[in-house]
Amino acid sequence: MNASAGHHARFGIDPTTMVYASGIRKSYGNLDVLKGVDLVVPTGSVACIIGPSGSGKSTFLRCINHLEEINGGLMLVDGDFVGYRLERDRLYELPPAAICERRADIGMVFQQFNLFPHMTVLENLVEAPVRVRGEPVKDATARALVLLERVGLAEKRAAYPRQLSGGQQQRVAIARALAMNPKVLLFDEPTSALDPELVGEVLEVMKDLALGGITMVVVTHEIGFAREVADQLVFMDGGVVVEAGDPVEITTNPRSPRTREFLARVL
Amino acid sequence: MNKHFSGSSSARLDPTALTVVPLRHPGRWIAVALVIVVVALMARSAVSNPEFQWPVVARYLFNPLILKGVGQTIIITVIVMIFATIGGTIAALMMLSPSKLLSIPAAVFVWLFRGTPALVQLILWYNLSLVLREFSLWLPGYGTVFSVATNDVMTPFVSAIVALSLHEAGYMAEIVRSGLKSVNRGQSEAAACLGMKPTLSLKRIVLPQAMRMIIPPTGNETINLLKTTSLVSIIAVGDLLYSAQAIYARTFETVPLLIVVTFWYLLVVSIMSVGQYFLERHYSRDEQRGGPPFAGALFKTVFRFGRKGDSA
Repeated sequence: MNASAGHHARFGIDPTTMVYASGIRKSYGNLDVLKGVDLVVPTGSVACIIGPSGSGKSTFLRCINHLEEINGGLMLVDGDFVGYRLERDRLYELPPAAICERRADIGMVFQQFNLFPHMTVLENLVEAPVRVRGEPVKDATARALVLLERVGLAEKRAAYPRQLSGGQQQRVAIARALAMNPKVLLFDEPTSALDPELVGEVLEVMKDLALGGITMVVVTHEIGFAREVADQLVFMDGGVVVEAGDPVEITTNPRSPRTREFLARVL
Repeated sequence: MNKHFSGSSSARLDPTALTVVPLRHPGRWIAVALVIVVVALMARSAVSNPEFQWPVVARYLFNPLILKGVGQTIIITVIVMIFATIGGTIAALMMLSPSKLLSIPAAVFVWLFRGTPALVQLILWYNLSLVLREFSLWLPGYGTVFSVATNDVMTPFVSAIVALSLHEAGYMAEIVRSGLKSVNRGQSEAAACLGMKPTLSLKRIVLPQAMRMIIPPTGNETINLLKTTSLVSIIAVGDLLYSAQAIYARTFETVPLLIVVTFWYLLVVSIMSVGQYFLERHYSRDEQRGGPPFAGALFKTVFRFGRKGDSA
């Protein structure tokens, strides 16, 4: 996605917007999962999405990088469509290969880590930069080692994922996403599959990234993390955004009774 | 348990000095004795009965015609397995396609070629010339580009390859399909999120993991196929069995030659089993560090005689 491909101006969007979602709708058959979700994530900021399970927050996150096709609304990442090509006033659906090319700029961290079990930690990090971006193996390896150092797992480079704890696996998964130099990182409940004592190490790495200025959209249940790190907090329920704004303001003084009820249960 | 507290101090047992008496298995030993007796009787019969004609077996073991038959059997197995793997993988990918136009024809292909006996297909393909006299390509405005008589193309060897490949492809399709389905969806999603195109993700992420599920049944299929190739002797392809038949039709030394055939099949199957072991280990290398030495693993498989859990 080069600068010329950006459609910020055509849609009247602030050029510093990284993720622009407006009126996103998504349904599976008769079930409406998203009923018009809006979210604007400025470049370099962190947005946290909270909400009860089934509120559509994970689905919304997967719509950002086109893992799920949206049924309505406008979704732009860095001013461009992920799954479509805009020509005059028509959107042409892109073939999977072209979508993948654009997706390479959008990192994603999954609840279940999804590391490649047949590759070592280092191979997990080097795979995409070499095969997708065509980087020389030497450069990709050097950068991978720097990233592993950053998440505190340099000594595990030769280990296979199954030999690592959940927390370590998730830190490797974050490093793997970073290896592609993404413009934005999406986190889908990154600590929900972890033992409680391992949650801290992953949040620590994410905090570090946020301070480093990476644009992040985080679906999470960690209200404490959201309060500390997020620039905006979004509370979703029933496929709509119920409340959005300053994290401290929302968590201490929620306006909607649904937000209040949810926070009372999780805090 | 109460004893610990109620017993007098002089009778108190030292727990570290207790001897554990293992459970005896008298039934197992009786069974072993019976097996030994039966095996001994069979061995005696094999050695003392002159009808086995062991010297004849020894004479034909490395007969050039027999060795040529062994070679032919292996060549047919290898060629068929290559075609079947390619065809089966294509059929499996078609079956997993969201498009019904691809998945239904693939399913019909599997149903058709897996549902009919290999022998019937073999004879059918061999007799193809009864239905189609010639293969020809005809272009409008140009005329016939080329034309060959079916009988010239469908030699016994080609018929054998075509029939067995299609039959085997049906089985391979099912094996590959279940292997691909065994890989978690999150794996291809993770690959997609890293920008990997579907073909790259299939080659680098999904297939290597599916291999772990595909290799063991494929090894079994290859071994089965090696034995199935003996059917081609029906349509006069010079495989191992056909070579032996050609000899004993002349000399009437039927049993010794069939023993020779048995020996060669067993030998090749054993070698293939060793190869399968190493292939399986290669594709599950993240599961074990080093892995058990081959001889040890073989020993454990063959002599699984100790208590349960010994081999764990």
